[in-house]
Amino acid sequence: MSNDLRKFKDKFIEKIIFFCGILSIIFVILIFSFLFKEGIAFFKDFSPIKFIVGQFWYPASKPPQFGILSLIIGSIFVTAGACIIAVPIGIASALFISEVAPKGIRDILKSIVELMAAIPSVVIGFIGMVSLVPLVRSIFGIPTGLTAFSGSIVLAFMAMPTIVTISEDAIRSVPWQYKEGALALGATKWQTIRRIVLKAAMPGIIAAIMLGIGRVIGETMAVMMVTGNAAQIPHTIFEPVRTMTATIAAEMGETVKGGLHYRALFAIGLVLFSITFLVNFIADLFLGRGKKK
Amino acid sequence: MKNKYFLIFLLLIFIFVSCQRRKETTNSSDSIQIKGSDTIVNLVQVWAEKFVDGKNEISIGVTGGGSGTGFAALINKTCDIAMSSRKIEVEETNLAMDGAVFPFEFVVGYDGLAVLVNKNNPVEELTMAQLRDIFTGKITNWKELGGDDLKIVILSRESNSGTHMFFKEQVLRLGNVNAKDEFSPRSLLMPSSTAIFDEIEQNPHTIGYVGMGFASDLVKTIKVAQTKGQESVLPTVDNVLSWKYPISRPLYLYTDGDPKGLVKDFIDYALSDKGQKIVEETFFVPIKKGK
Repeated sequence: MSNDLRKFKDKFIEKIIFFCGILSIIFVILIFSFLFKEGIAFFKDFSPIKFIVGQFWYPASKPPQFGILSLIIGSIFVTAGACIIAVPIGIASALFISEVAPKGIRDILKSIVELMAAIPSVVIGFIGMVSLVPLVRSIFGIPTGLTAFSGSIVLAFMAMPTIVTISEDAIRSVPWQYKEGALALGATKWQTIRRIVLKAAMPGIIAAIMLGIGRVIGETMAVMMVTGNAAQIPHTIFEPVRTMTATIAAEMGETVKGGLHYRALFAIGLVLFSITFLVNFIADLFLGRGKKK
Repeated sequence: MKNKYFLIFLLLIFIFVSCQRRKETTNSSDSIQIKGSDTIVNLVQVWAEKFVDGKNEISIGVTGGGSGTGFAALINKTCDIAMSSRKIEVEETNLAMDGAVFPFEFVVGYDGLAVLVNKNNPVEELTMAQLRDIFTGKITNWKELGGDDLKIVILSRESNSGTHMFFKEQVLRLGNVNAKDEFSPRSLLMPSSTAIFDEIEQNPHTIGYVGMGFASDLVKTIKVAQTKGQESVLPTVDNVLSWKYPISRPLYLYTDGDPKGLVKDFIDYALSDKGQKIVEETFFVPIKKGK
C-alpha cells in the first residue's frame, strides 16, 4: 500500500516537472501564434513592402502611413551603439574580475556587478533623462541630448551585468591546466590571457554578448525616456531616433482593439520577434561551432 | 476532474450571456446614451463611471466618433447627450429644429495648450503662422524668429494623445479640416507632458506644447497672437474664457431641450465642484476659476 503511494507520488512529481518544463515551450508557441495572427491580419490591408521600406510613421493621420524603416534603423542604431560600448568594457571587466583582481576586490566587484542587474530599467532611464541627456548635449554641442547615443549609453549599462557575469563564468571554467601549460612555456600573463584564456572561453563570451544584445533590443522604458522618439531616419548617432519597442509601448494603450493601427503595432512586434529570433539563432550557431572544436 | 472544468466552462458562458443581456435592455428611462467628440470621451467616461458608482439601476453608455457624429445622433434622437469640442453649426441647428429637437448647450470645460520655450530663449511672442512653420519644419533656426543662432528642437506628444491631435488641427492646419499638414518627422515624440517640460527646462533649443495646467515659472510661456499685428496673450484662464488665447476651445455637452430627470442630474454632476475637479484631473480647464 505504502509502496503504491510512493509510486504514485513519484509519478505525480514527475508529471509536474514535465509540465513545468513543457510550459515555456507552450508559452512561446502561444505568443508567437498570437503575434502572427494579429500581425498577418495587418498585411491583408497594408502592403508588407510599404510597411518595411516606408519612411513615414503617421499612424493617426487620414490616411495613415505605416512606414517602419526609420523605426528599424532607430533600433539598430541604439543596439549597435550599446554593443560597441558594452562589449569591450564588459569583456575587459570580466577578465579583470576572474584573472587579474586579488581575491578581496574580486568578490566586491562581482557582487556590485550583480547588483547592477537588479536596478529597474525605469530607474536607469530616469537617471539618464535628468543627468545624462543634458551632459551629452553640452559635451557634444548638439541641439538636443535626447539621441541614439544617450540611448546606447543607458542600454550599455543594462547589458553590462549580463555580459560580465556570463563571460566571467566562461573564463573561469577554462581548465587551469591550459593556463599553467602556457605559463610554463614562458608566455607572459597577458599572452596567456589573450591567446589561451580568451580563445578557450570564446563560445561562452559570444553567448554572453548575444544575451546582452537580446536584452538591449527588447528594452523599452529606458530607451523611450532618452532617445527622443522622433520617427526620422538618423544620419549620425547624435540624432534622435524612435525604436520599435518604444513605438509599441507608447501607442498600444490608445489604439482601438482590432483596428488597423492596433494590428500595425502587432506587425512591428512580429518584425522585432524575427530579429531577436535571428540573433539567438546566430548565437546558437556560434556556440555549436565552438563545441565541435 | 473533467466534470469540474465543464462546470466552470458552463459558468463562464452563463456570465457571458448575462452580460450580453444587460446591454440589450439599455433603452429604458434610467439609462443615458452619450455620443460625440473623441477629445472628451475620456473625461465623460470618468464622469459616467463616478456618476453611476453605487447606483445599480442606472447605466450610461459613452461612445466616441467625433463631434459631428454626436450631433447627428442627437438630431436622430439616438442619444440623450452629444459631447462636442466645437459649437453646433447653423445648418445642424436648422436640421434639428425641423425634427423638433432643440439643442441646448452647456459649456463644461476648456481645452487650452501653452507653448513653452527655455527660460534663456529671448523669443517672447509668436503668431499662429509662425508656430505652424516651426512645427511643420519650415523654420529650423531660432535666428529666423529674432532669437539666438540655435537649431530648433520640436517637442511633441505621442500621436495618440488628444493634445497632439488638437495641436495639429488648431495650429498646424489652422482649423482647416481639409488641410494635410503634419508634424515635421524631426519632431521628438515625448511620452508625457512632464517629459516635454523637463527637456524644455534644461535645453535652450526646444519648443513644445503642454496642457495649460503644466506651465510654470521654470520655463517661458510664449505669448501667442492669432495673426500678425494682433495683441499676443498668455494662456491664462481669463484669456481662454474671453477667447483671446487662440490655442483653446470650449468643450460642450448638448441636450435636446431643457434637460430633465437623469440627464439633468448628469449635467448638474458634470458642472458641480466634483465634476469640475475631474475636468482638472483629466488635463482640461474647468469653467470656474480654480485655485
